[in-house]
Amino acid sequence: MLTIHVCIGSACHLKGAYNVINKLQEIIKERKLEDKVVVKGAFCLGECTKAVSVKIDEGTIISVSEETVDDFFEQYVAGRV
Amino acid sequence: MRKFESQVQIKKYEVLREVSRLAMEGKLEEKYHEIPNKIVPGPEATTRCCIYKERAIIAERVKLAMGGNKDNENVIEVIDCACDECPIERFVVTEACRGCLAHRCMDVCPVDAISIIGHKAYIDSSKCIECGRCSQVCPYNAIADVMRPCRKACPVGAISIDENKKAVIDNEKCIQCGACVYQCPFGAIMDKSYIVDVINLIKEAKNNENIRVYAIIAPAISSQFTYAKIEQVVSGIKKLGFHDVIEVALGADIVAKHEAKEFAETIENQKFMTSSCCPAFVSYIRKKYPMLTDKISKSVSPMIAVSRLIKSMDDKAKVVFIGPCTAKKMEIKQDDLVGDTDYVITFEELAAMLDAAEIKLEYCEEGVLDNASFFGRIFARTGGVTEAVRHVIDSEKIDVEFKPVVCDGIKECDKALKMAMVNRLNGNFIEGMACVGGCIGGAASLHHGPKDRNEVDKYGKLAMEKDINDSLRVFDIEDLKLDREI
Repeated sequence: MLTIHVCIGSACHLKGAYNVINKLQEIIKERKLEDKVVVKGAFCLGECTKAVSVKIDEGTIISVSEETVDDFFEQYVAGRV
Repeated sequence: MRKFESQVQIKKYEVLREVSRLAMEGKLEEKYHEIPNKIVPGPEATTRCCIYKERAIIAERVKLAMGGNKDNENVIEVIDCACDECPIERFVVTEACRGCLAHRCMDVCPVDAISIIGHKAYIDSSKCIECGRCSQVCPYNAIADVMRPCRKACPVGAISIDENKKAVIDNEKCIQCGACVYQCPFGAIMDKSYIVDVINLIKEAKNNENIRVYAIIAPAISSQFTYAKIEQVVSGIKKLGFHDVIEVALGADIVAKHEAKEFAETIENQKFMTSSCCPAFVSYIRKKYPMLTDKISKSVSPMIAVSRLIKSMDDKAKVVFIGPCTAKKMEIKQDDLVGDTDYVITFEELAAMLDAAEIKLEYCEEGVLDNASFFGRIFARTGGVTEAVRHVIDSEKIDVEFKPVVCDGIKECDKALKMAMVNRLNGNFIEGMACVGGCIGGAASLHHGPKDRNEVDKYGKLAMEKDINDSLRVFDIEDLKLDREI
């Protein structure tokens, strides 16, 4: 089970963190990966300049935006499930 | 620059700042006894008989700033040596008395306490029952009501005067509203402070990656520190060492939604319900109207809701509430709430900590603060809870009649509760706020003014998420426990 932590602290929220979460959930549903990937909100991941900050399990912080959610999923998640 | 409302506030602030500074330097134990001399350097006394008394009072304030008397469970304490200036008799005949022929004061007194001695009215204090009629009928306004400000301020009659003329707080009656703290002109009643615990916790978190300290800030903060932008205030708080700053207004969004549903489900049986976000109001009902206890909404307060949310998302979280309220310091000690919010500090204490750390808000870069909706944010002022609950009922098309009675301040709350007792409440929902104006009028606010309400609304409108469902859409609040257990 992979956990994608999406920062929903103020900075990331203003950059569209909620929409990133919703998009990720849509992708997971489309691909029927509900039992393999879970999306969780997290308060400040400590890298506000990278908003929206996203982290897979205990990995490094990746900067994602609403526009790049699909690419992010392909590049970092799809190969691991 | 920061403006203070009074000298009382300044003295309290100076003590809190010095205690914070020493705690941050790790030298508190060693040097706390030096604080009185630093704050009262002498040689002239300014408010008391001598500098030694002034220093003794400061020493007591230092104790309270360091947590106060651990054996006293109340968070509000009287500083004995600071309390001794007020006259004990409530009605006093002043110079303006002409010793007139009519002497209506004498005639109106129901207990014959007034006589005319030496062409002036005299009140026999052993007979006087403090009804005040003499004062009302005197055509010269010559009889002054000099009730002690603390007693006058206390809405529950918890303050009495002992044989040494010192104020004593009855813990059984006290609701920790802080009115006496704010009103005592000598600053002789103070709320205990937990800043030292908070400073130590932040220090510990620096060396321990298993602790993350979150600051949760009450929406009333929008009316404070107005010499800087709210965005700068957020950066300033983070600079103190907090991991993140989160709005309690997010908890208010959660509570509004929960409370609206609770209202819809229970109102038919209950007939009316009261809000539960103001701990002093809740305590007021429990102590003065215990028969109405089951009418209090079971919902936890926004502070508790957001604390539980944070802890459900981060198991390393410790949570510090920063607000305008003294009653919140007591709320977190309730049996069913222990461990949710770890500490409560006030805006006054935050100001002291910022200055101790030499953080100048007006020079801080602008951080961001955005976790909640307009509705969560306006909880800070009177009428906000009602607007939020109504919004949930309307937007979710809940079929229920919502007739709110908005009570601004504890006097109005009392009126509504009295009406409710005799089934004559003109509504089915009581929004109760112990402080006039709502939280923005809180006892531990840095300032209290008519502009504050506009500041809250302005801040509310800046929220990115316009309504409650928008602001809560990514949270898993189904699993949060939002009902009180008592």
